[in-house]
Amino acid sequence: MSKETTVQASLNAGLRAALAADERVIVLGEDVLDPYGGAFKVTRGLSAQFSDRVLATPISEAGIVAVATGLALRGFRPIVEIMFGDFLFLAGDQIVNHAAKYRAMFNDEVRVPLVIRTPSGGRRGYGPTHSQSLEKHFLGVPGLWVVAPHSLSDPGELLRQAIFDVDDPVLFVENKIGYGEAILRGIPGYETVRLGDTASPFPTLWLKPHGANDGLLLCYGGMARLALDAAAALREREQLRLGLVIAAQLSPTPTSHLDAVLRAGAPSCVVTVEEAPAAGGWGAEIIATIEQIRDARRLAPISYRRVGAANTAIPSARALEDGILPQVQDIVAAALDCF
Amino acid sequence: MPAHDGSAGLALTDRASALAEHYRLAAGIRAFERLLLDQFASGRIGGTTHTCIGQEITAVAVTAALDRARDCVFSNHRGHGHFLAYCGEVFPLLAEIFGRRDGVCGGRGGSQHLHWRNFYSNGVQGGSVGNAVGVALAEKAKCSGAVTCAWLGDGTFGEGLVYEAMNIASLWRLPIVFAIEANGIAQTTPTELQLAGGLAARCRAFDMPVEEVPGTDLAETLAVATRAVDAARAEQRPRALISHAIRLGPHSKGDDTRGTAQMRRAWARDPVAMLRSEVGAAADAIDRDITALMHDTLARANETAP
Repeated sequence: MSKETTVQASLNAGLRAALAADERVIVLGEDVLDPYGGAFKVTRGLSAQFSDRVLATPISEAGIVAVATGLALRGFRPIVEIMFGDFLFLAGDQIVNHAAKYRAMFNDEVRVPLVIRTPSGGRRGYGPTHSQSLEKHFLGVPGLWVVAPHSLSDPGELLRQAIFDVDDPVLFVENKIGYGEAILRGIPGYETVRLGDTASPFPTLWLKPHGANDGLLLCYGGMARLALDAAAALREREQLRLGLVIAAQLSPTPTSHLDAVLRAGAPSCVVTVEEAPAAGGWGAEIIATIEQIRDARRLAPISYRRVGAANTAIPSARALEDGILPQVQDIVAAALDCF
Repeated sequence: MPAHDGSAGLALTDRASALAEHYRLAAGIRAFERLLLDQFASGRIGGTTHTCIGQEITAVAVTAALDRARDCVFSNHRGHGHFLAYCGEVFPLLAEIFGRRDGVCGGRGGSQHLHWRNFYSNGVQGGSVGNAVGVALAEKAKCSGAVTCAWLGDGTFGEGLVYEAMNIASLWRLPIVFAIEANGIAQTTPTELQLAGGLAARCRAFDMPVEEVPGTDLAETLAVATRAVDAARAEQRPRALISHAIRLGPHSKGDDTRGTAQMRRAWARDPVAMLRSEVGAAADAIDRDITALMHDTLARANETAP
């Protein structure tokens, strides 16, 4: 694990290392040049060091992803920054109908090793069009990886994997609030298990509580810290010991990782936690997959709950925003409701 | 991908090649497209296709201006002519549209989604124009000296990505030629119902030199295309050419809503017929060759495994 202490510093170091390691790496995005270094400073210092491979672009999300796709087709490993995840749909056709399709429709004769990084999520009062977690709409797209770092693992290493270890486009979803979080190395009270394999290379972090295991909280990205706080509250107040499963690979669903977790024993209660509205979301896919595994393994029935945002536009006012986004107490309440 | 020796394809030559060779390619594309429409009409192939009947000489002239050994092409939904002009590979294209394993993309891509060496196509309007700009950036970064040719139509100018792509190409001085086939009709919608202002003005707005040709004369189109490709390569900046090509066939298979009088006038300007008259007596032998080639290719495609 790298020595950087925050998620932002780790991602920045990951980008710098990738640029230094391989001349095929090119970074493109709006306002990524120094001294600004990107809206969330993840590209800070890169253009000063690699001036010919860090490119400031017009405000053209579709154009940037289109150009990066062309670069990738011709042997480069471009990394695009989309300033806000809310703008992903501007590039949606390029992601779904171009970058993700070329390998399959050109009969496996081409590769599109492209990483699209984007800051997502709310809790900063940015309002309805600068706060969303839209990644659920890109889950299940053939040919596209969707990956999310979190502060309980090494974000820079995950980014390195996305850039170099797969040859297909990766949507790399970073949580805005998470940028400033200190990286936690080991959590007291849990055994840490990392799950990863060839089919699902982006590691799932499984925190197994010492002693009893009363249920599971499944989450990704910025929800990891909330889930950890909820698990602590449940232990202190209710004497319940819940394990945490923190996914990095959102799509394709890391079925083998979930299978490994269930092989250790079926939990009586599973709660999925995501920042987007749960309808049609990540948690639904996870629960469906767990049910298939449970059924195949003839395990005991599981009670499920989904935690997500209210199904409405995210308000600008902080108090209103807090009212609709999932909070620690929502996770606690959902878990208690399960038992 | 299966091996192709090219012996059963359409002959290809670069630059100042003889008029007869250009005719062989243009008439070969015409024959191929007619064969396809026949096969669709008789139900022997399914799915969809867009033929380029009437637009063949633009494909032949622009591609002849390219250096096929290194230049890149990004084509669109109406790309059979662009593909055949680029590589002459008749059988892999027909097999592809037949959905055969021996097709250029193993039957996965079909009519609109082709890849062969430095040739790519995609069926979404405008999308591949942005990809072509990325290809041009890649080749410039590699100092390969390659020019990229992006094919688009006047209907494609309704897509916003075209402008994002042209802006980036001009801003970053990329060696790309936007080859615009302005056939005056987008599926069934005439250009006057879908385009304000002019195409050339839109190109010039990005500080991009642009030349227009009627799209009926091969030598004139080749001269303009050669200027555009050579300038893009030498000056490392984008150029555009607009060919006012004539779409003599339907948008897809049988969906032409234009009147017979309009079509009669259009056929009177058939560029392939005009080219044929320039070729003279040699055209008869070429036509016989093409008929035999199409016959053999169809038989071979029918024999191949699905």
